[in-house]
Amino acid sequence: MLARTFSRVRPRASAPATDAAVKIAVRELTVHYGSTLALDDIALDVPAHRVTALIGPSGCGKSTFLRCLNRMNDHLPGARVGGQVTIDGDPVYDPAVDPVALRKRVGMVFQKSNPFPKSIFDNVAFGPRIHGERDPVRLREIVERTLHQAALWDEVRDRLDRSALELSGGQQQRLCIARALAVGPEVLLMDEPASALDPIATAKIEELIHELKAAYTIVIVTHNMQQAARVSDLTAYFYLGRLIEVGPTERLFTNPDRPETEDYITGRFG
Amino acid sequence: MPVHTDRTYDQQLGQLRTAVLEMGGLVEEQIGQAIRALIGRDAALARATIARDDTVNRFDVEIDDLCLKLLALHQPAARDLRLITTALKITTDLERVGDLARHIAERAVELAADLPIKPYIDIPRMADLARDMLHRSLDAFVQEDPELALGVCGSDDEIDKLHEQLFRELLSFMAEDPRTVSRAMRLLFVSKSLERVGDHATNIAEMVIFMVKGRMIRHLDTVPRDLN
Repeated sequence: MLARTFSRVRPRASAPATDAAVKIAVRELTVHYGSTLALDDIALDVPAHRVTALIGPSGCGKSTFLRCLNRMNDHLPGARVGGQVTIDGDPVYDPAVDPVALRKRVGMVFQKSNPFPKSIFDNVAFGPRIHGERDPVRLREIVERTLHQAALWDEVRDRLDRSALELSGGQQQRLCIARALAVGPEVLLMDEPASALDPIATAKIEELIHELKAAYTIVIVTHNMQQAARVSDLTAYFYLGRLIEVGPTERLFTNPDRPETEDYITGRFG
Repeated sequence: MPVHTDRTYDQQLGQLRTAVLEMGGLVEEQIGQAIRALIGRDAALARATIARDDTVNRFDVEIDDLCLKLLALHQPAARDLRLITTALKITTDLERVGDLARHIAERAVELAADLPIKPYIDIPRMADLARDMLHRSLDAFVQEDPELALGVCGSDDEIDKLHEQLFRELLSFMAEDPRTVSRAMRLLFVSKSLERVGDHATNIAEMVIFMVKGRMIRHLDTVPRDLN
């Protein structure tokens, strides 16, 4: 079925490669930066409670695609987004949608960990406070739960009032994941979340991704193909603004349909 | 196909292909030589064949080493990954074929002293078939030709039939004249070995299909007619 869908030069819509329900449906998504076409007619279904990895060389549009899912491209001057993105059927680009409310549903973790120069506690409590949570007991519960979820609790439980900047790089990144989880998102977008981390910190993040997918839908951009192979259920290969192929990770890394994908994942590139 | 950005990797994959081929050629030659020794009652040639099995075994170890190195250092994917896993499995089959050649040569040494119980007709035919299957499966490997490989899978029946036929014939020899038992049994071992060579060639061909198409056709009840 996949082979049939993607034997065409320009895949229009991806069959979900898993039997999971579609969480995010993207159709005819096109992004321009000024006169540059950054994404060209992308169709992709992101399955719920699965990890979808976006791979491809620099400039292929994978980060642009990720940022479309929570309208992070809105703020870029000259960026124009066309097409449809829906989350559980709700249109993301409807003028009535409040981007702040959208980003509560669709959280994001960045390449460089970016904790606020505040205490560990305040970093995690930041989002819930913004969204109106004032009850200290409830805040404490949220902080503890999300630090647990981010596999950081045991390392910071006795120093929640210390500055987040004292944490190691790997801990800071997990703190940022906890911070993203604290507002109760449904989708977690991760843009190269482990590229600045050492192998052990990376392994912790990857283990965490495995655990988080039970509760969240995860989309991850990574330059590290082995990482995509390790953590994801579904892999999408982008090249020059186009979605070349998407399929179950296991199949994509052993027997991809498209020669472009084959060349990229085997290192025959450029 | 474009070359790898990492040229050393490309070279090592090339080395791997060459080594598998060399090993295959050697093993094919071993079978031929063992059969020649048997038919010509040439104990010296048989012993030379037995001695050369060491070289086959060294190939097996070296190719495994190279595969492990490639797996550990390059995290191969897609067709490269399939080439390496195929090489790992093919060499196991080739090494077994080498052992079978040695077994045949050992029987040839034993049989060299006695007069043959009958003219050898089916055994050379089986040997030709087995070598041809092996040869074609290796050609399919080099040429990455799944159709050629599929043809090999279809030819195993013929060897199996010859083996059956020889089995019945040798049985009747033994029943008629118990003095032929030891020679007939040895010939039966040779026949069984050749039949096994056909099985190994089939395994190799099946792995070639996997390597090229990413499709496993092993352990299916029937050989697929085509691959599309």
